[in-house]
Formats: sequence, C-alpha cells, structure tokens
Amino acid sequence: MSEFHFEKGKMVPVPSHSIIPERDLGKPPVLECNHLGIDFGGLRAVDDFNFTIGKTEIAGLIGPNGAGKTTVFNLLTKVYAPTRGTILLNGMDTSGKTTAQINKMGIARTFQNIRLFSNLSVEDNVKIGLHNAYKYSALEGVLRLPSYWKKEKAAHERAIELLSIFKMEYMADWQAGNLPYGAQRRLEIVRALATNPCLLLLDEPAAGMNPAETAELMENIVKIRDMFQIAVLLIEHDMKLVMGICEGICVLNFGQVIAKGTAEDIRQNPTVIEAYLGKRGADPC
Amino acid sequence: MKRLIMRGETRKNFITYGIVIIAYVLLLVLSSTGMMSSALQGLLVPTCTYIIAALSLNLTVGVLGELSLGHAGFMSVGAFSGVTVSMALADVVPAPWARMVLAIVVGAVLAAAAGFVVGIPVLRLRGDYLAIVTLAFGEIIKTVVTNLYVGKDSSGLRLGFLDPNIGLGQGGMMIVNGPNGISGIKKLSTFTAGFLVIMLCLIIIFNMVNSRSGRAIMALRDNRIAAESVGINVTKYKLMAFVVSAAMAGAAGALYGLSQNTVTANKFDFNTSILILVFVVLGGLGNMRGSIIAATVLYILPETWLRQFSDYRMLLYAVVLIVTMLVTNTNKVRSVIDRLLPHKIKAREEEKEHV
Ligand SMILES: Nc1ncnc2c1ncn2[C@@H]1O[C@H](COP(=O)(O)OP(=O)(O)OP(=O)(O)O)[C@@H](O)[C@H]1O
Ligand SMILES: [Mg+2]
Repeated sequence: MSEFHFEKGKMVPVPSHSIIPERDLGKPPVLECNHLGIDFGGLRAVDDFNFTIGKTEIAGLIGPNGAGKTTVFNLLTKVYAPTRGTILLNGMDTSGKTTAQINKMGIARTFQNIRLFSNLSVEDNVKIGLHNAYKYSALEGVLRLPSYWKKEKAAHERAIELLSIFKMEYMADWQAGNLPYGAQRRLEIVRALATNPCLLLLDEPAAGMNPAETAELMENIVKIRDMFQIAVLLIEHDMKLVMGICEGICVLNFGQVIAKGTAEDIRQNPTVIEAYLGKRGADPC
Repeated sequence: MKRLIMRGETRKNFITYGIVIIAYVLLLVLSSTGMMSSALQGLLVPTCTYIIAALSLNLTVGVLGELSLGHAGFMSVGAFSGVTVSMALADVVPAPWARMVLAIVVGAVLAAAAGFVVGIPVLRLRGDYLAIVTLAFGEIIKTVVTNLYVGKDSSGLRLGFLDPNIGLGQGGMMIVNGPNGISGIKKLSTFTAGFLVIMLCLIIIFNMVNSRSGRAIMALRDNRIAAESVGINVTKYKLMAFVVSAAMAGAAGALYGLSQNTVTANKFDFNTSILILVFVVLGGLGNMRGSIIAATVLYILPETWLRQFSDYRMLLYAVVLIVTMLVTNTNKVRSVIDRLLPHKIKAREEEKEHV
C-alpha cells in the first residue's frame, strides 16, 4: 500500500492566539471563535473556546470522550445557542441566526451518529443538500413548469457529479438507509458539500471505517479541500488521520482548550499526552 | 446496470392514476346502466370524499410525519363554508356545477386558512404537539359550528353565535341553524366531481413529493436536525404540507356536504378523524394507493354488507389500528414480510455485490 503523502502549509500565528496557514494570510479567516462557551445546567460543557481557522485550512479538534467536541459543532451550527462568546464566519457575526441560516452563510456538517434521510434515495439525499442551490417554487413544481424540468435536470447532474467524488454514482437509486456504514458516512459528506459551504465540519468521519477506507478518506478530504478551496474542521479519534492531514489542531479536555498548534506541537505536548494521547503520541505515526 | 426508462416511483404513480381512472369508468358504466343498486350509488360521492380526506391526511402523517387527530375539523370547515356559499349564491350563480366548484374552492380556502392558524404556532415547536392541538381544534370547531347561526336576507349574510335570533329580514332564509346544522341541501356534488378532485389531489401530492418542496418536507420527516443543517426552513415546509393537507380536507368536506340532505357538526367529530386515520395507517404511511383502497373498502363494507356489525365499527377499527401499528413496528415481522417479497431480497443482494 503506497503511503499517501500530504504537504501541509506553513503555519503562522495570528492575533487571536491561533495559527493559520501562511497562504491564508490577508484573507479574513473562515471561522473565528472568541470566548465561546455553553453550560448544560451546572456543567460547563465548553468554556472559553478560542479558535481561528484559515480560509483553506484543514483543522482538527481532538480530545477524550465527553470533552465537548461535538458540542462545539453544535454551537457553530446553532443547534445550541451559546451561553457566552461570539462566532465570526468570514468576519460576520452569527449571533441570533438559525441552523438553516448558518448553513446558508457557509457552514455544512456531518454527524457523529449518522443522520441521513434514510427512507429516501442516495440521489434525493444529495438533492436535498442542493435545496438552496437550485431553487424553484412549490407551485412551479406541482404544475411541472419548464423551470421545474430545467432545475431538476441541473440538480440531478450536479448530484451525480458530487457523488462521483467518492465514486458513488452507481448508488444513486439506492435507499440511503440500506447503504453500508462507510458509504453512509461518505454520503453525509457529499450532502454537506452540496450546500456549497466555505467551512465543512466533519464529526468523526472515519468512525467505523477500516484502515484502507480511512486512508482513502484522508486523500478524499484533501481532494475536497483542493477542489472546492474550502476549510475543513474535523473531529477524529484516529490519530493517524488527524496527524496526517490536519494543519492546525485544537485539543479539548473537560470543555477547556488544553493545547493548540501543529501536529508536531500537539504530539510533544506533555499536557496532551497526559490527558489524551497517552503513549500513542510518543510513537511517530 | 440498465437504466429504467421511467424511475420506479413515477411508474408506481402512473399505476395509481390508472387504477383510479379505470375504477371511475367502470363504476360510471355500472351506475348509468342501472346495474348498481341505488343504495350503492348514494355511497359513491361520500366514498370519494373519504378517499380525498385519507389522501390529504396521508400528506400530513405519511409525508410530513406529523400526527393530526382533528382532520375532520377541516372537513367541517369546508363543508359548512362550502354549502353556505352554494346556498347563499343560489340566485346569483344558477349553474349547479358552478356553485359546486365555488363551494369546493371556498371550502378548501377556508380550511387552508384554519390549517394556517392552527399550524403556525404548533409546527415551530419540536415534539408531538400537533396531535394534541389538532385534537382540540376538532372539538372546538364542532362546538363553534353547533352554536353558529347563519342566515341570508336581502341585505346579505347575517351571522349569529349562541343566539338563533339573528334578525333576518323579510324573505330571509336560515342556512346554518345551530345544532340542526344545514338542512334542505341541494345535492350538487356528482361522482365525476369526486373523481376529478381525487385526481387533482393525487397530481398535487405526487408532483409535490417529487419536487424540491416535497423532498424538503420528507427530509424534515426523516431527520429534522439534518434537514436544518442543509438549510431547510422548518416552519415554512411543515406549514406548506399541513396547509395543503387542510385545504384538501376542506374540499372533501364541501363535496361531502353537497352530497347529503342535511349536515350537522356532529358528523365531523373525533370518531370521523380517527376513521380517516385508520384508512391512512391501514393503507400504509406515505402510500397514496393504499389510502385509496383502504378508504374505499373500509367505508363501503360497513355501510353495505356488514351493516349488522356497524355498531362495532369503531371498536373493530381501534383493534385493527393497534394491531397494524404493532405488526409494522417490529423488526421481526418486517423481516418476515421482506422474506415473503422476493424483489426486495434481490435488490438487497444486488446492493451487497457492489460493496
Ligand atoms: N444537550 C445536552 N444536555 C446536557 N449535557 C450535554 C448535552 N450535550 C452534551 N452534553 C454533555 O456535554 C459533554 C460533552 O459532550 P460532547 O458530545 O460534546 O462530547 P465529545 O467530545 O463529542 O465526545 P465523544 O468523543 O464521545 O463524541 C458531555 O459530558 C455530555 O454529556
Ligand atoms: Mg462527539
């Protein structure tokens, strides 16, 4: 098996106490979180979360189980309203927005516990992702006006094109709920990409995948970033994937950021080794 | 892999259209050649209205995935507004068919408005509040109509609530008479009209399901959080499905009202709502053809050959409803059903080969 090699960008510090790739300097960062936090009752699930992601960066969010990683995604997409702090998306404040509006502003995501439209076909799942890209009214749809046929044809072609990123075009007519596990995870990514995001959030995309599938996924994440010129933030427990493709990494523990930096910084950080990596961090993978 | 000329769904839809058209033609021939008993002929239009009601409820329950327990309330709104309009305009619009069309349109529009008012506060909430609120809505409509008095005289329509004395002038005519409802209705609705409205509802539902809006509605049903995450406006699409569903129920109500001599508010009570729900559940959630067949069989049978058991109808339906829900909800039973249907196994094996 040929080892996939990925050239990471040189990381430089920015004023908000984060690092971003040098190539993204001068453009507003795609995401900037300032003192973000949320409480569930007495539990500070996320506290004082500060993180900046460059325009075309692949970033990682890691930490032990229950650290608050998924909660960060839910805060970014407004599934939960933050208790504290601000989120800037391409320099624009996102407070008061709904989940749907956040998606229109440019954040798309996948879910740790897969959330497909399982009774619908693979193609329809992607077309639902294209909901705001190929618009026509309900009346045009019911009356089957020319605009319906035109937009549907375009949406179909686009859906197949997106599915082909993962070589899934032949599955277009299959029912999403019956797909094998790995394919369901890939379909979630395709559906998210269909919304034309500038920031793609992946919640444990390699969970349940075998090493070969994971290796392919790594390549595909980089391919997607290059193709669409977007930023990716991923949560993952597979350190090979994280250390392999993530340029900036943020480590959470009990809702607190305990370290930020490049893969090398994180791997050697004693606090991170203590809290999360254990001995695994020591061997260079 | 061979690409079918027509996608599976589309073909199924055309088969459903075909079944409805063939059934209509057959029944029309039977009734016009006198081969159908007059009792059965009298059931044709009501059967159509129950089919429409079942189709419309299936849009809410099967396609949108929300439970409505007061669907008869929307039929009631449609029936009373539609019949009132057709009677009030008897002099202005002489053609019976035009008055019927007018009644159906007014019934649908007012029921849609009611659906909007009921839906807007409820459909924004997460959870099964719609069931509770529609249940209350059905009861409220029943009470309101029971106490409603509408009359017509030379100065126009006169409304009264609780008080039958609405000050009708000379030559005035009482239309909605409180607990007695509307009586002396001219039977304007025809079997052909019922058939056309069924076809119209089917076309609307099928075309909607197979379009951008329908996919958004089904996305909300399958996974609300995921649907929001791809930028779908929850309230808009839930409301759209629910209002269209209410409008169709209103049209069914108007059609029903115009097929009877008398309509009272009690006709559209909780039992009627449950009856329609039974049609939908038995026919299969989201399965329009199933709704049509279930509504036809379950409406005609107790009215004709099983007349002696009709007292036990609600009991029987309740049992059937519970059994269906139990049966279709267990994985074990599902897998048995799957095994009995060979085409599903084939499809599954085909999927496995590719992986
Ligand atoms: N809606 C909620 N209400 C109450 N507590 C919550 C809620 N969501 C998450 N939590 C709590 O917040 C903490 C962080 O959870 P989160 O799901 O973000 O962890 P995670 O880092 O994604 O873990 P994992 O690696 O297992 O996915 C946990 O203690 C969890 O129990
Ligand atoms: Mg998580």
